[in-house]
Amino acid sequence: MKYVDEFRDGELARALANAIAKAADPARTYRLMEFCGGHTHAISRYGLLDLLPPNVRMIHGPGCPVCVLPIGRIDSAIALATQHDVILCTYADTMRVPASGGLSLFKAKAQGADIRMVYSCDDALRIAQENPSREVVFFAIGFETTTPPTAAIILQAARLNLTNFSVFCNHVLTPAAMVHIMESEQDPAAVAIDGFVGPAHVSTVIGSAPYEAFVARYQRPVVIAGFEPLDVIQSILMLVLQINEGRAEVENEFTRAVTREGNRKAQAMCGQVFEMRESFDWRGLGEVPYSALKIRPEFAQFDAELRYQIAYLQVPDHKACECAAILRGHKRPTDCKVFGTVCTPDHPIGACMVSSEGACAAHYTYGRFRVV
Amino acid sequence: MCLAIPARVTELLDGDQARIELSGVHKVVSIALVEEVAVGDYLIVHVGFAIGKLDPDEAAQTLALFAQMGSSVDPATLI
Repeated sequence: MKYVDEFRDGELARALANAIAKAADPARTYRLMEFCGGHTHAISRYGLLDLLPPNVRMIHGPGCPVCVLPIGRIDSAIALATQHDVILCTYADTMRVPASGGLSLFKAKAQGADIRMVYSCDDALRIAQENPSREVVFFAIGFETTTPPTAAIILQAARLNLTNFSVFCNHVLTPAAMVHIMESEQDPAAVAIDGFVGPAHVSTVIGSAPYEAFVARYQRPVVIAGFEPLDVIQSILMLVLQINEGRAEVENEFTRAVTREGNRKAQAMCGQVFEMRESFDWRGLGEVPYSALKIRPEFAQFDAELRYQIAYLQVPDHKACECAAILRGHKRPTDCKVFGTVCTPDHPIGACMVSSEGACAAHYTYGRFRVV
Repeated sequence: MCLAIPARVTELLDGDQARIELSGVHKVVSIALVEEVAVGDYLIVHVGFAIGKLDPDEAAQTLALFAQMGSSVDPATLI
């Protein structure tokens, strides 16, 4: 596969890892957070941790859209399908997330709710057109990558004047979550993260510019990286070199897909359809101000939250689950008592075990036999 | 959901759509979110929508940088 295979060259990966080992100062530790679940997955899948020197530590961040969705939001989606009798269309990733009362979207579907997995939100629009007598709701989740497609279908629904289609919007924003992580301590300087691997495809949409204020304010380097193993290793090397030189800048390793200004057309469509929510509850992070989007009043007829008067109820996570601390980078999957015993990808207790991008699922699938 | 890989455009279709090919798999995706797509372009596709294009020159430069980094003795001289 062009643009894939050449970025997975094992020999080059080892050579880059050697460069990291040479560059890393043995007298200090490098604590680097890969914000994005796509990077978490790549790091586990390609065994990149085994290539890094022991003093370069990767901390999994909260950039897994399924993981950060709180139970209350899944409960609302289930309520839409069971109490309002709508056809609920969702990306497959949300289906197995544990909800209240031992339910999940899968279990609700098994009990007769009309819940349909779609690959694209376009499919949800098509289902609405094919079923004019039924109400269809699209359960929209994800960061800035999945937001523009949702904006596109809302604009399309408005053009088609569809009256039986709406969107339950749960889109969240990356920079706000990064700020929240840095603000988690009284003094941001005390946060135990030395640098960030910036998301790949989120940055394709938003560009590298939004990280500039973050870097200036918190003095932590951000290197935007592609999702292939060589991209990740190269970005780690770039972070180590920045830290060594006492620099904190936004650098872009993923220049083949990310520009400073990002995808203007996608940004304009999102701006047309969405506005900021004042606050949004994230699993693991709690209420984060201005960190999510809602549908603008001009498109209120397509807003499922208004249409079905969805009231958000906060539900605490399972007591044994350490998802919250793992999402903040305070704990590792193996620090959780139920990891790999009660909680597995086949039977997840917490959200981090559900999606392949979740820290626990990635570690369980690829890394649980590593000598830690 | 977030793991997308570049796919090659094989045909432009009506209604802001294009046919893409990836390792022998063909699929129709929306190109409503990107500007000026041509046959042969590589697109980054998420949930059925192209969200960005891949720049072949930049990809070549990145690979050249890897090769240089990997063969160097002193990484600090490469910045």
